[in-house]
Amino acid sequence: MIPAQPKEGAVPAPPAPRRRRMSAGAQLFRLRALIVLFALVAVFALMSPAFLTTGNLTILVKHVAINAILAVGMTFVILSGGIDLSVGSVAGLAGIVAGGLIHSGLVLHSLGVVVYFHTWLVVALALLAGALVGAINGALVSQLRVAPFIATLGSLYVARGAALLISNGATFPNLTGKAELGNTGFLSLGAGTALGLPVPIWLMLAFAAAGAFVAERTPFGRRVYAVGGNERAAELSGVRVKRIKFAVYVISGVCAAMVGLIIAAQLAAAHPATGETFELNAIAAVVLGGTSLMGGRGSVGGTIIGAFVIGVLADGLILMGVSEFWQIVIKGLVIVLAVILDQMQQRYTRRTAAALRS
Amino acid sequence: MVPMAASPVDAEVVLEARDVSMQYPGTLALDNVSFRLRRGRVSALIGENGAGKSTLVKVLAGIVQPTRGRLLLNGAPISMHSVRDADAHKIGIIHQELILCPNLSVAENIYLARELTVHGVLDKRRQEDRARELLARLEHPIDPRALVGELPLGQQQIVEIAKALARDVRILMMDEPTSALSAAEIAVLFRIIRDLTARGVAIVYISHRLEELLGVADYVSVLRDGRMVAEAAAADVDTRWIVEQMTGRPAGIAEAAGTAQCGPELLRVEALSLISDSGRPVLRDVSLSLRAGEVVGIYGLMGAGRTELLECLMGLHPAVAGSIFLGSKRLDRMDTSARISSGLAMVPEDRQVSGLVQSLSVLANMTLSSLGRFARGPWLSPASQEAAAAGMAAGLRIKGPGLGHNIGSLSGGNQQKVVIAKCLLTEPRVLLLDEPTRGVDVGAKREIHSIVKRLAASGMGIILVSSELEEVRAASTRLVVMSRGAITAEFDAAQATDDALASAASAGPDRTGERS
Repeated sequence: MIPAQPKEGAVPAPPAPRRRRMSAGAQLFRLRALIVLFALVAVFALMSPAFLTTGNLTILVKHVAINAILAVGMTFVILSGGIDLSVGSVAGLAGIVAGGLIHSGLVLHSLGVVVYFHTWLVVALALLAGALVGAINGALVSQLRVAPFIATLGSLYVARGAALLISNGATFPNLTGKAELGNTGFLSLGAGTALGLPVPIWLMLAFAAAGAFVAERTPFGRRVYAVGGNERAAELSGVRVKRIKFAVYVISGVCAAMVGLIIAAQLAAAHPATGETFELNAIAAVVLGGTSLMGGRGSVGGTIIGAFVIGVLADGLILMGVSEFWQIVIKGLVIVLAVILDQMQQRYTRRTAAALRS
Repeated sequence: MVPMAASPVDAEVVLEARDVSMQYPGTLALDNVSFRLRRGRVSALIGENGAGKSTLVKVLAGIVQPTRGRLLLNGAPISMHSVRDADAHKIGIIHQELILCPNLSVAENIYLARELTVHGVLDKRRQEDRARELLARLEHPIDPRALVGELPLGQQQIVEIAKALARDVRILMMDEPTSALSAAEIAVLFRIIRDLTARGVAIVYISHRLEELLGVADYVSVLRDGRMVAEAAAADVDTRWIVEQMTGRPAGIAEAAGTAQCGPELLRVEALSLISDSGRPVLRDVSLSLRAGEVVGIYGLMGAGRTELLECLMGLHPAVAGSIFLGSKRLDRMDTSARISSGLAMVPEDRQVSGLVQSLSVLANMTLSSLGRFARGPWLSPASQEAAAAGMAAGLRIKGPGLGHNIGSLSGGNQQKVVIAKCLLTEPRVLLLDEPTRGVDVGAKREIHSIVKRLAASGMGIILVSSELEEVRAASTRLVVMSRGAITAEFDAAQATDDALASAASAGPDRTGERS
């Protein structure tokens, strides 16, 4: 063994501070999604007088709410190192389940009766349908070790097919409900307001707050990060990895079902094709918000900002009269640019870490 | 108390494995092994790689369940199905590989799966305060909020140790806890071990550093090919006895490093300096010359800049100043791939991450750097790859189920030889070895050293970085000592004394972070 020999006359230096203070530039870089969001808002506000009006902003945020709620669930899945491609289909399925239950009730052939449920029960059953698809995804991924991409790609088709089968491909119209059946009030999920704000916006705030709290402040949240960061380390630390993986897909399924309910309530109709390609918007919001597709890094707050960036971009470009085709191109470019910036930040972090090693 | 006829009178047995066998597909990792752990004692578990040490420890820690046999805790049979069961029995483990979440903070890693909460909400403050206390006890004031992935390897190992300590265990397995620690850090760890045993904790200690092991152990148990071949009180044995038991043959005397016939200068490094992004000097004015047939050993403590020097030679730090010549060719403006084709090759420090592609076969790993050689037009020729790989496997005595099998099927020592083979297939003139025998058993270590000598004798120039004094002395013809990014001393291998090397390694203008 080598005894460490302090040099004669050398003053023992205090231990070096292990946590680097971040430079102002690095801090700003971390907040880049937020800065981009403010920049977009500023630009659109200057270019189009209609942008900052209450009416437009309300519509904008209502649109954002749809994607944001999906993306909150998606954030948990991606943080755990997975992906959920089925969310759009689950939204469609949940809408159809709710629409069917309100419009035609549950037909029990064997008993020859039709059962109608109270609105709250309808909502609960639709959310349960979402949770069920999530549970199947979770079981496939955690118990049967199917790759998340494959498992949820399968569910994407199966859930969509199920929605089409339930409605026979048709739309359940007029979901106002009947007072005598006790199933009125469903539409307020999409069209209602509370304290001056539309209900979907409240729902987004609730899901975002709950999601951020769970991710940041609970043992479950830490364990999701741990599983995404190093699954084996989590397992060997005593984390029940399978349970965590199962749970994140259930969360995602419930979020997706909520979105299906909101859309059905907004349209007062349930269409089996609702939510097609929504999964891509949700993934884009998560990625724009700085969550790593490799898992373990990111935040719900970032995801919400990401959803707003997408929403503001879409709304602003429409107001400015940019062609729909260009809008799609721009959206794609923004996503790739965000990921490039993310890579730059990671490289910067790694470099400083490597430098620390010396 | 457990009735134990043959056991010497000593502290009570707290955990016992009785006739434990572990059958993996194709291999019997443990064959009727019995092993006792005593309260307040350190039991060292010794054996070559693949002897079954890690498997036995995993059985004792509940990570794997034995095929046959029983575990007795304080005399009562127990069965453990997961680490959570082991946790409940207050059994903990410090893993051989660092098993941490790089994306979580130090405190979050330490309390993972047993988070401190108030009404179900994380109590981050308390976690951080407790983690800070633990780290202070380990004499490592690492910030509990720092991300583990941004810490150097040695500090990560400290975190791993703190994590085990936080669980207030009664039985602690330490599977090579010192492989990434400096001598000063090891001394702290040993103080902690003595502190734990004084409080009655039973410890299993695995290490390849035999002398270190005899300094800390009360008992020594030797495994060979899955069987327990010898057990003794540490006071009664020496390293020679251990090596004989491990290998099953009389210990050979370490070959003295011959003063090889040195040829012309191969590599010349002039005034390399590297400043880190945070403005700290990593390399200070490093100049070095390497001749054909020479093995230059670079010794130093963690953070001396040895790894960074090799990385600079390979072109991994574009910001480096200074010049590098290989023969007459100037390398310092070339990218890594051009340097490799010019005749430079490196065996990196961390073979799991940087040396091997875990999903590929032995053969594919070996030929990865030299695929161009095996191309026939646009196609790879399987026959020529196999011939080259088989030649390497024979030449380096790589043992394993076969070239087509996954690299993970090989033991650590053989995996390391595959990394060396991969470098050799690029036909380098200068070979850089960074800690080539870390986590490798004594037998494989000796073989790697003799490979190094053979390569040097064939005219290759070799730079060997190691934090093991014994290793640099045994394998090098010339010794260079680095400290704080600068070369502080140079010795002829024959002249260097341990004292001189150690003091050169801790010399330097502004040493920080070293504790005496």
